[in-house]
Amino acid sequence: MNSKAHVKTTINGEEMEFLCEPRQSLLEVLRDDLGLTGTKEGCNDGNCGACSVIIDNVLVNACLVFAVEIQGCRVFTIEGLASPEGLHPLQQKFLENASLQCGICTPGFLVAAKALLDHNPDPTEHEVRHWLAGNLCRCTGYDKIVRAVLKAAEVGRETTAPAGSSN
Amino acid sequence: MQNFEYLAPETLSEAVNLLAGNEGQTRVLAGGTDLIVQLRQGALSADHVLDVKHLPECNELGYAPSEGLTIGAAVPCHRIYNDGAIADAYPGLIDAAAIIGGIQVQGRATFGGNLCNASPSADSIPILIAYGAECVIAGPQGNRRVAVEDFCTAPGKNILEKGELLVALHLPSVQKSSGAHYLRFIPRYEMDIAVVGAGASVQLDEGGKMFVQARIGLAAVAPTPLFAREAGQLLSGKEVSEESIETAALAAQSIARPISDMRAPADYRKHLVKVLTRRALLGAIRRARGEFVPNAVQENGQ
Repeated sequence: MNSKAHVKTTINGEEMEFLCEPRQSLLEVLRDDLGLTGTKEGCNDGNCGACSVIIDNVLVNACLVFAVEIQGCRVFTIEGLASPEGLHPLQQKFLENASLQCGICTPGFLVAAKALLDHNPDPTEHEVRHWLAGNLCRCTGYDKIVRAVLKAAEVGRETTAPAGSSN
Repeated sequence: MQNFEYLAPETLSEAVNLLAGNEGQTRVLAGGTDLIVQLRQGALSADHVLDVKHLPECNELGYAPSEGLTIGAAVPCHRIYNDGAIADAYPGLIDAAAIIGGIQVQGRATFGGNLCNASPSADSIPILIAYGAECVIAGPQGNRRVAVEDFCTAPGKNILEKGELLVALHLPSVQKSSGAHYLRFIPRYEMDIAVVGAGASVQLDEGGKMFVQARIGLAAVAPTPLFAREAGQLLSGKEVSEESIETAALAAQSIARPISDMRAPADYRKHLVKVLTRRALLGAIRRARGEFVPNAVQENGQ
């Protein structure tokens, strides 16, 4: 027992294979083995949302998923958000609205907000706040983040398919 | 975290055989939002982790108005609240599903896992009790069904024997003129553990003036979630009034035996049981009458 598992998966549209121990979280494998360090480790127990990723169109915390569980799944991480043409509207609006200070929570907020807009392109402020309740920021106080998400939603509704929505 | 063998059986009989036959500690994995944290913290150990997400019976989410609702033990909260027919028929379930952790946790966490984890403060259990839900359990001797209120035995403990697996929860069909509501008290808006939780379901007569029957479940006021059986029975055949609701709320309060901890002192919890039971009943009554009562996702009035 305890041999390494061979996992085949798709990350940001790219097929990938890796070996992992069953006890390794998806977060650990993304950061330490696959070099995808955009996904951050905050609390490592499912409270802070810094490690938010999207698996088969469902927003989850990568610290609360074993890497062996993603066999055959499609995973979206922050590295998949911007396109070669430029930043995703969410990233642009986060910059314009000063929605980040230290930046550790930012990838998680962006991935969570992308999942929201994929699911609901026209959210109310209440819906944005409810959706992002699982993401903690200890710097900005949330208002600027909520404002950026609402503005990015407007941009998304004006254009057709937003950039980076390959997942 | 210690290493373990990861098992992902694809049939129920294979899963039961593994659970019954494995030496050492086998832990069942559904959404993992409790299990992975407990393994990481060392609160639990595991030689094997058995993932039930590949078992068709555990992934079933089936609703038919005449049959009721079956929620496979591996069905995460988001599948429940994103199903419009289920959300319309069982709004009390959505009250709970929408406040268990944040959206990320709801993407993984299951009612089945919430029940097996057997936390006294579990948000899904009072409303499952109120709806009269049953557990479908598979084991080496075949299947058995147990009422949700009889499932938890102590904090973190349940009635499952070695080799047994919770497969699904089954809720009876919804009667005419009935409604349900779950709410909890926490000192913030989101992302917290219930100080006290109360769930109620009521069936009214056609005019909406009399109680036909009522069931009440409580969280975080005893070592296990409680079924306030007598409090519900007191309402049968009674007029819907402040007095009858007060009587039921007092009866629910009388069976609460909370502890004092970091979240609240016992006497405050005792007070909350009465307040929340009353509000859960009022919400259930309004829904039984066809009125709108918002859950956490919906803004007041819409």
